[in-house]
Amino acid sequence: MIRLVLVGTSHHHAPVELRERVALEREEAQALAARLAEGGREAVCLSTCNRTELYLAAEDGEAAERDAVAALAELEPDVEPALYRLQDQAAALHLFRVAGGLDSLVPGEGEILGQVRAAHQFGATGSFLDRVFRQALHAGRKVRTQTAIGESPASVSSAAAALAEQVFGSLAGHSILLLGAGTVSEQAARNLRSRGAEIALVANSKTGREEIEEQLGLADVVIASTNAPGVVLDADAVGRALQRRRGRQLLLVDLAVPRDLDPAIRDLDGCYLYDIDDLEEIVAETLSGRRREAERAESLVAAEAEKFHEWHASLDVVPAIASLRARAEEIRTAELRKAESLLERLDDSQRRAVESVTAQIVNKLLHLPTVRMKQAAAAADGVLYAEAVRHLFGLGEDER
Amino acid sequence: MAELLFWPALLLYGEAAVGYLGDARRPGSAGRFATWGVRLGWLAQTALLAVQAARDDGFPWGTWASSLELFVWLVVSAYLIWGCRRPYRLLGLAVMPLAVALLVAARAGGGTGIGSANHYSNLFLVLHVGFVLAAFAGLTLAAALSGLYVWQERRLKTRPATILRRPVPALATLDGLALRTVAWSVPLLTLGIAVGLGRLVARGDRFDALIAATVATWVVWCAYLGLRLVAGWAGRRAAYLALVGFVFVVVVRLALPGSHFA
Repeated sequence: MIRLVLVGTSHHHAPVELRERVALEREEAQALAARLAEGGREAVCLSTCNRTELYLAAEDGEAAERDAVAALAELEPDVEPALYRLQDQAAALHLFRVAGGLDSLVPGEGEILGQVRAAHQFGATGSFLDRVFRQALHAGRKVRTQTAIGESPASVSSAAAALAEQVFGSLAGHSILLLGAGTVSEQAARNLRSRGAEIALVANSKTGREEIEEQLGLADVVIASTNAPGVVLDADAVGRALQRRRGRQLLLVDLAVPRDLDPAIRDLDGCYLYDIDDLEEIVAETLSGRRREAERAESLVAAEAEKFHEWHASLDVVPAIASLRARAEEIRTAELRKAESLLERLDDSQRRAVESVTAQIVNKLLHLPTVRMKQAAAAADGVLYAEAVRHLFGLGEDER
Repeated sequence: MAELLFWPALLLYGEAAVGYLGDARRPGSAGRFATWGVRLGWLAQTALLAVQAARDDGFPWGTWASSLELFVWLVVSAYLIWGCRRPYRLLGLAVMPLAVALLVAARAGGGTGIGSANHYSNLFLVLHVGFVLAAFAGLTLAAALSGLYVWQERRLKTRPATILRRPVPALATLDGLALRTVAWSVPLLTLGIAVGLGRLVARGDRFDALIAATVATWVVWCAYLGLRLVAGWAGRRAAYLALVGFVFVVVVRLALPGSHFA
């Protein structure tokens, strides 16, 4: 029977300095998968910044595992103690959890699903791994559509963008005023731009106060992260700008420490001020929400792993079932041939009726044994049942 | 037959109200059940109104109770336009308990019984009551949108860590939808009142309290539109004004039912 083998390492088992030495570019991963697939195996290499994993499908699971370990040790000998090795259902469950983002640093992150898809696409797959990876992608999509695990932001910059959407809805056509340009504010601005917003002005120490106040009346989101020792924008300036805005809301995000924006701005109508502490609390809460949703997602991927197990186990009995059905069909057609002289007297419709009735009898007789054998396979008795069927019906060795 | 349809409609709306409450506490499957409650309840109530219309030899809203039932149907119909979308489920928490309460009030006020023969012509009822009820349904929805706006705006101001946990329509979306709903409703209310006043003058009848309150409601909602479109009101101030306007709608629909329907 074909075994599913997984050998790999991830952020749970290896520090970044080790992971980066076994991380592979797409072409390298593709070449490694092709090399491991030689000799009738199937192989996929999943390599991201957080993990490098080799999935193999092979008749000889032990040999496949040895080859996979050797391939990773070839890239970095020190990686061997940090490798995990899983087989069959455990390997499938791991892959499904990875695809669902449940094994990620931030639970539910969505990027991994695309990375699993790409690994599948560039892997050396046959019918076995193709099915396993399709099921993994299905499980990953299911986690995202049936739970809220990926809906909430996981960083300060994405929380700022999500808040802007709570105020303005679609950000297309809305403008951003950047006060200073620190790393976090750049990330926040990038996040807002990816949702359709535009940067109206990046103000620095040389930008005139009049220009900032003028933009304050026009921009929808203000992101502040200067190195100034005190308040850069006071409540009076924002109050004057709000009067010019005729009721249009204004979101102000203060990412600076010490703060750039006067806390008294909070008391003004029509504007919403969030500082770094507010955003960090929101992110902490959403991460705990993701962990709660992860519990629901775990049961979804476990159900998928169970389906994989049933399918995988049924592979034990599929040859016996196929042989049994072929034998029954052989007997049916032989008996019909024997009765040819009698059947000749029948017209075409009567002959078709005899064909149909005999085929139905065979199908109905074999239906229950087929179902029972598949059930037994899932319960680990499949091989015994298959042997019994071969013995009872005299199915030849060559059919195994 | 009407009896058989009233109870499923009421129970399904009730289930939706409870479901939305559950969804407010923990977003998820309760919200989906609530949405299906609204849909199925609306179908049951639609059938109820159809049966009543067939039985009553004309429109079923010749009585206060029946007109209230139609009003509920219109409110739920208007809600269904957006209510099935996930961010708008919270709106159901404002709309569905109200629908249940009004259906119960309609039942207490005469229920699904056959309305007394009405001296108005059917065409008049279609134009007058139809326009006014459709307008009130729109204004009720606008008030619910404004209520949701005030709630969400307050949350954004107080900055709870849970602010992003629940999908809620954006402030700008709620504000714009409320304005659009009122912009459709006020012309309908104007037409309904105009037809009623025309009939009043033609028949030489006198003003009653309900007519006066309806005209006052019209003035408030016209002021809402004027202040928004001309004076640039938006956001919280406009939302509060919509809630004030809704108080007038409640007074007209519930507090002054008496002689006008006689």
